[in-house]
Order: sequence, then structure tokens, then C-alpha cells
Amino acid sequence: MKDTALPPVYLDNNATTRVFPEVVEAMLPYFTEQFGNASSIHAFGAEVGDALRQARKSLQALIGAEFDHEIIFTSGGSESNNTAIRSALQVQPGRTEIITSMVEHPAILSLCDWLEKHEGVTIHRIPVDKLGRLDLDAYRAALSDKVALVSFMWANNETGTVFPVDGLAELAHEVGALFHTDAVQAVGKLPIDLKTTEIDMLSLSSHKFHGPKGLGALYLRKGTRFRPLLRGGHQERGRRAGTENAPAIIGLGKAAEMTLATMAEDSARMTALRDRLEKGLVQSVGHCFVTGDPHDRLPNTATVAFEYIEGEAILLKLNQAGIAASSGSACTSGSLEPSHVLRAMDIPFTAAHGAIRFSLSRETTEAEIDRVLEVMPGIIAGLREMSPFWSEGGAQPDGFNPAYA
Amino acid sequence: MWDYSDKVKDYFFNPRNAGALVDANAVGEVGSLSCGDALKLMLKVNPATEVIEDAKFQTFGCGSAIASSSALTELVIGKTIAEARQLTNQDIAEFLGGLPPEKMHCSVMGQEALTAAVAAYMGEELDEDDHEEGALICKCFGVDAGMIERAIRTNKLTTLEMVTFYTKAGGGCNSCREPLEELLADTNTAMVAEGLIKPEEAYVFGAAPKPQKKKAQGFVIPDMPPAPKPPAQPSAPVQIEPIQIAVPGPSAAPAAVAVAEVAAPVPALASGLSPAKEAIVVAKIIEEMRPTFRRDGGDVELVDMEGSLVLVSLVGACSGCQLAASTLGGIAKVITETLGRPIRVMPVAKS
Repeated sequence: MKDTALPPVYLDNNATTRVFPEVVEAMLPYFTEQFGNASSIHAFGAEVGDALRQARKSLQALIGAEFDHEIIFTSGGSESNNTAIRSALQVQPGRTEIITSMVEHPAILSLCDWLEKHEGVTIHRIPVDKLGRLDLDAYRAALSDKVALVSFMWANNETGTVFPVDGLAELAHEVGALFHTDAVQAVGKLPIDLKTTEIDMLSLSSHKFHGPKGLGALYLRKGTRFRPLLRGGHQERGRRAGTENAPAIIGLGKAAEMTLATMAEDSARMTALRDRLEKGLVQSVGHCFVTGDPHDRLPNTATVAFEYIEGEAILLKLNQAGIAASSGSACTSGSLEPSHVLRAMDIPFTAAHGAIRFSLSRETTEAEIDRVLEVMPGIIAGLREMSPFWSEGGAQPDGFNPAYA
Repeated sequence: MWDYSDKVKDYFFNPRNAGALVDANAVGEVGSLSCGDALKLMLKVNPATEVIEDAKFQTFGCGSAIASSSALTELVIGKTIAEARQLTNQDIAEFLGGLPPEKMHCSVMGQEALTAAVAAYMGEELDEDDHEEGALICKCFGVDAGMIERAIRTNKLTTLEMVTFYTKAGGGCNSCREPLEELLADTNTAMVAEGLIKPEEAYVFGAAPKPQKKKAQGFVIPDMPPAPKPPAQPSAPVQIEPIQIAVPGPSAAPAAVAVAEVAAPVPALASGLSPAKEAIVVAKIIEEMRPTFRRDGGDVELVDMEGSLVLVSLVGACSGCQLAASTLGGIAKVITETLGRPIRVMPVAKS
């Protein structure tokens, strides 16, 4: 990195977050001193059991669950999603359809693809509009008494667009279907009060809000029929076998507590910084636009699509300048298609390949945002200089006539 | 982040010969905005000597696409058109100290742009190429879905083993087994619909036997392309089919409906193979032994197999030869050892 004088700027918090130092501190004793198995009868186990109960209560408060036993700890968002979907199918024989959206995380979409192809499940993938908002008419049309589960994400990981999940849950219940939401990006960023909603199941992940990796939870509303994915011991009241990852659960509890304590002010600050970033980029760099729903999206997520250049090249240049972001570009993922989310939003290929996601955290500062605004125009101009679709400061998409396309 | 070589990084961050070449007299353009990669290669060729005196590029693409384009310009400057024609995408990748397998297509794009530019200079027509790639399936050998599908279609492949033989895909760590199975099953299904193969030949997802552990029984039966078809006897209870009959087992359970039709329980024999598979094994053994007999002026052919009885026809020098008995004994021994149960070999007259 050239700018060794400046500390790196981390703006990829939708991928993962830095674990809060207080969280690490809370976890450490549970590796070496209080290492007991919570299931054991002796004192080693009992201390851990108390700490786990406290952690569960902290998470309960963060998501506004009515009871702490509505929380099942899992290995992460993907496991929670797999558990919820498979359980919903198993408890409702005769209902063989699932409704989801075209912009879900692969943790939902690839499981749905599998179920559709190999297990005889019919999948309805509801489209979105250009701002990433759900097509409610298509959703209503897909609802029937054949639907076992409706699963819509609470907030989109790429654009931050928020779906109105409580209303969507009520519609699902009208036909007797269960409702699940992948809230991995929403928990810790948006106020959530599950006891006032009709949501039956919710997936969350610890490392998206400054907790440790490898831990998540499934919220399961009291009374919701359920089949475990992992069978074995009696942990989590027999709903998820396997010795509890005690240090991680305790870390998650601490992170939940800290996140909830300052959520309102953090949210306002992040929103202001995000807007500053977006406005600054749109003003200083031409041929770019902000994606997602401007009226209802996460306070921390800004995805800006830059036309006529490719995302990975931008990320490499940003990385050289000490800035970490991510992209919806095909080339960063190994697939050849650009982001399924941006394509579902009908963002043209010219821009989808050059979409960059900046995701802030409560630790992001104004100085960091200003550094991005400082280097970005130069990076974009440099790459456009090299692009065959760009000539002398203007877009020339038609001046290129490939022999092989 | 990608594992780029230092040279790739260098050529991305400090690209040589980027920009427009005003007095270019050979231009090649490949790719498009939609596929996320596009390259415009501009060459200045000396008409008298046919030497490429200057080259520049404009690229829309990722880091390795830009590095590959820049490397290409460095490689061609100073070469004659004839020399440049010899350049392959491997040369570009090697020049850069290697590319990640997912990124090899960047070097291919470079080579295509060069081909297009040279063709433009010479006034030649370009062949349409099918530049499909698809997802990278086998990371060990860098084989993508497009190449695998072409191999399956061209060679009418219906087993995973044959796919690996033809494309190398799945021949390394074998982590790609599931996507490979899906691709084979889907492609076969499409081929059945197009009438290219028979429905019973098509590979059914989940029908592959588990990888066998013991080497002794674990040799792979490359299900003999039509070659050694034994003459069909009306009474033949076993028809040799070029497909993998599913060994009845747990694999059939989840995909129930589709599998059930093909994987109708076949009684497993001592060898653990179905009768059809045993027949394939026997046919293969005899096929392998034929050259030996032919050297002696004779020949042997599999006629039928029924339980522990293998019927063969002996022709030429073998027929009536004093050594016929020992010949049959030799065949019986090999088959017995391979199948792990006693086998008798009987000569019959060829119908």
C-alpha cells in the first residue's frame, strides 16, 4: 500500500465487521477459565450456563422477541436459513411451494434451486422494480394454500433496500403459510421488535454487528411448528444439537447489548455519512448513480454504479489507496454474470459491472468518507481512460464493434 | 482477493501501452459491455516489413484483463505479423507469471483480439467462434461448464468417468462432483429431447456408484464406446448397454421419482456389479485379450453371458486348435479373478 501513513479505511461492513474489543474481552475467560460444558452439572458448567442465559437475554432485547426461548443459536445465517426452510416444508405436508424474491442472498436462493430441482418443491421468485422494491402484485398472485413458506429478506445486502416484512408476513398468514425473514443485514442496523409482528422465523448472524464469526441464531416464534436440522443432544431445547459455542454466544450477547445501546444515534450518524458519500461521488464523478430504494434502505449501505468500467479494477485501485469496499461485479466472484440483485433491478450491464458497495459501520468517520471522495474521481477517470467505451471524456458505447462478442 | 502474481499487479497498476493509437492500421475488438470484458487492440504495422512497430490497447474489464491486454501489446511489438500469429493465450499467461484458473479467459480475450487485428490487417474473414464459457466447474484443472457440455455433446458421454477422461474435470480433488453430475444429467436430458441419445442411456442425477475404496474392484469401467458389441443373440438375457446402471442404494431415495424408472432394483451379484455391468467387464477383458489371439492368427468374440457361463466363439487358428482348451482356461481365469466368482468359458459356434 502506498499510503502507509494513513490507516486503512474499512467500508465493507456488510461483508463482515470488526469485533468490538469489549466483545473480545467478554469472550476470553470462556476459553481458558470458564471452559466448562454448559450441560455439565458441576460448577464449571453452571457458570457458563449463567453467562449463556444472559447472552440470550441481550439478543432477545435486540430483536424484541417476547420470550428468550424463541432464540435458537446456530452456526450462522446460512444454517438458520437452511433450518427454517427445511423445517417449514417438513411440518406442512401437502404444502409444497415456497415464495421468495429474486434478490435474496445465495443462502436462500441456492437452497431453493436445489429444492426445486431435486425435491419437487415449487419456487416462486418474486421480482423487484428498478429501485429494488418487491412487486407486491406478483407476491399476492403467488400466495395460495399450497405455499408452505414465504421467505423475504429484511434488508438487501447489496443495495440496502428494506422490504416491509411485517406486512408481507400478514399476507402470508392469510393463506396459512409460515413467514421467514433473512434479517442478517437488518439486525443491529434497524430497530426490530418481533413481538409486535407476525414473523414466524428470522435468521441473524453475529459477525454482521461486531460479534464473532461462526455464530448466528434462528428466531422461532413460540408455537411455530418446527423440525430440527441437526439432531443429537438436547441443546437449545432439542432444536439444534451440538455443544454450545459458549465464547461466541457470550460475545454475541455483548455485541447485541452494545449495538442496541447506541443504535438510534449510530443510525443517524451513519445515514448522514452515507448521504455525504453518495452526494459527493455523484457530484464529482459523472456517469454514475446510486442504486436501491432512496426512501427505505439501510443507513449504512451505499452502492454506486459507475458506467463503462469494471468493478474489480476499481476495487484493486481502491485497495492500493488503502480503502476496502466490495463490488457486484462478476469478476470478483469467479462467476461471469454480474450481481443477480442488480440484474433483477434491471440495472444495465454497462453499470452493473461497475457497481461498488460501500458499507459503513458505527466506527466509520467523516475523515474516512472524505478520503474516499478524494481518491475516487482519479481512480474512475484513470480506468475510463483505458476503457474502449470511453473517449475524450465522454461515453462511446457505440464506437466499439467487436469481432467476437 | 485473487491470488495475482506480482507481474499481473504491476501490469494492472502501471499498464504499458494503454490508450488510443491514432495511426493504427490494424484494429481488433473483442468482448462486450454485457459480458464484462472488452478489449480493443490497435496495431501499427509497417506494410513493407510486416513488423508490428507499435501497439496500444483499451480494455473494459477486471485487473487481469487489463494486465493481459497490456502484456499482449508488449509481446507483439517488434514481431512480424507471421510471428504474432503464433502467439497463444498461454504465452500471455506465462508472460504474466501465470493467471488464476478463473481468469484464464482474460488471456484468451487477448489472443482473440490479436487474431481479429491480424485478420483485419490481412483482410481475412473471421470464423464465428462459440465463445461461451459458463461457470468454472473444476478448479483443479480450470475446466468450465461450456467446455464440459461441448465434450458431453460431441462424444455422447453418459457417465462421470467418461466426462473426466475427456475433459479432466473432476479428476483432481473431485469437490466438483455435484455440479458435474448436475451438468451431465441436464445435458443428457437435453440430448434425449433432441433425439441424440436414447432415454435409457441418459445419466440420471444421483445414479453414480459411490467411489470405491479397494483398488482390486475399483477399476473404472470406461463403458466401452460401441466397439465390442457382441452379436445379439435372441436369447440374450443381458443386453450390454453403455450406461451406468445404478447400484441400488441410498442414492436413489431423495430424487425418488426420476430415479425409480431407471434404477429398478437389479440383483447384485457376488462382484457387487449388476449383470449388465458384469457383461461390460467381461466384454472388456475379452477385448483386451484379442490382440494376443490375433497374433497367432486366430480370434475370439464374446457371444453371451448367462450366470456363471460365458459363451465365446473361436475363429481362425484358434478354432479346433489343440490349445483351445488352455485358451479358454486363460480367459476364464482372468474373468474369475476380476469378478470374484467362478466362471466357465464355453466355445460356441458363431451364428
